[in-house]
Amino acid sequence: MAARRIVDARGSFCPGPLMELIAAMKAAQVGDELEVLSTDKGSANDIPEWIHKVKHELIGTTEASGVWHIVVKKLK
Amino acid sequence: MRILIVGGGMGGTILANNLARRLAGEIRDGKVKLTMLSASDKHMYQPGLLYLAVGRMVPDDLYRDQRGLLEPGVEFHVDPVEEFRLDRNEVKTKGGKVHGYDILAIATGSRPMPEETPGLAENAEMFYTEESALKMFRRLQKFEGGKVVIAMGVPHKCPMAPLEIAFMLYDYFKDRGILDKTRIHYTYPIGRVHTLENVAKWAAPEMDRLGITYETLFNLKEVDGAKRIVKSEEGSETDYDLLITIPAHRGMEVIEKNNLGARGWIPTHRHRLNMEGRDNVYVLGDTTNLPISKAGSTAHFEAEALGENIAAIVKLGAPVRDYDGKVFCFIEAGKDRATYAMFDYQNPPQPRAPTRAVHWFKVAYNKLYWASARGLL
Repeated sequence: MAARRIVDARGSFCPGPLMELIAAMKAAQVGDELEVLSTDKGSANDIPEWIHKVKHELIGTTEASGVWHIVVKKLK
Repeated sequence: MRILIVGGGMGGTILANNLARRLAGEIRDGKVKLTMLSASDKHMYQPGLLYLAVGRMVPDDLYRDQRGLLEPGVEFHVDPVEEFRLDRNEVKTKGGKVHGYDILAIATGSRPMPEETPGLAENAEMFYTEESALKMFRRLQKFEGGKVVIAMGVPHKCPMAPLEIAFMLYDYFKDRGILDKTRIHYTYPIGRVHTLENVAKWAAPEMDRLGITYETLFNLKEVDGAKRIVKSEEGSETDYDLLITIPAHRGMEVIEKNNLGARGWIPTHRHRLNMEGRDNVYVLGDTTNLPISKAGSTAHFEAEALGENIAAIVKLGAPVRDYDGKVFCFIEAGKDRATYAMFDYQNPPQPRAPTRAVHWFKVAYNKLYWASARGLL
């Protein structure tokens, strides 16, 4: 099973959760899953937007106690 | 108590001076030994490189003697660490000397890595080292017009640099009288022109007003120097006559070689600033893996929190405060106007319209920095 890495971007305004994900994606292997933790509700939109555009896979988005968990998979 | 600071940049220097003052009595009495190990006897004001690239500073403005910035209570050695032996509470230096410690602070910084993007290092100008900033200055001097593309890697040091260089180049070309023959095209990795939403809300209309075009969701993939084309991970491409880059960064090689953190970023507790799993090892500045700006002000505020806590550990046996994620960044909006962004883990920035007053405060800070490094500001 591929590794799942947590990208803890809670409280990150700059560089922000999407930038943290982009950096983590660069270090990940194809097939790895990354779970972004974000306290910015905008992440629920802008991370899927980027994932779609760059052609990785969005596994799912959930929210609990003000923290969004956005799971993505590196496809290339 | 032996306190060892590895790294003589802004974070390490402010921490050393902060501790030297707080623990002056203990150092004088021989109860505390405070040591700094650095790779250089010079201290560089890194934000000055932006100004060097557009001819608003000269190299002499960027440097001071490191020893002269430190309090007398700091024992300083130019001898960089090669091995971190954390299980034995000691480090080994390039010169072969072993330094033991009771408390270790790692502030080794980060490095630009344009070579990680195919074609970038050979075809783009950047301003993250003295050599590259001078090369960019000379290239700009010869530039007579065309399409200037600004493109960046992630993560990068100084998140305001992309905007600042765009606006400063606008004024640079205007002053040279070639603005009518020049188009500035700004690209950015996420879906707006800056990661801070409130900064983006100010910067996008400003770019529209100045005629700076932009493309968002553009992550550098490769540069074709023969065809003068930059390609993005998202599948788009743009041509250029002059390519300016803010390259992706990594932590220092010594961190990676010692397996302290992937890509040179050390896993760090966001409030206590200790290395995860190590109670007597602290990390500050660019070296952390924290999701906050890699910027001098971050290192500054972390160093102040850490100075208070390490002194409290010596005097009281326990730390007394948390780092709250505070960052303060100036944003140059051209050659004579600026604004700023201040934020922490809980509160987003609320930048105001740029003013001449903030710009002149930034110009003053370019000199006051040396007082800041000494721990006087």
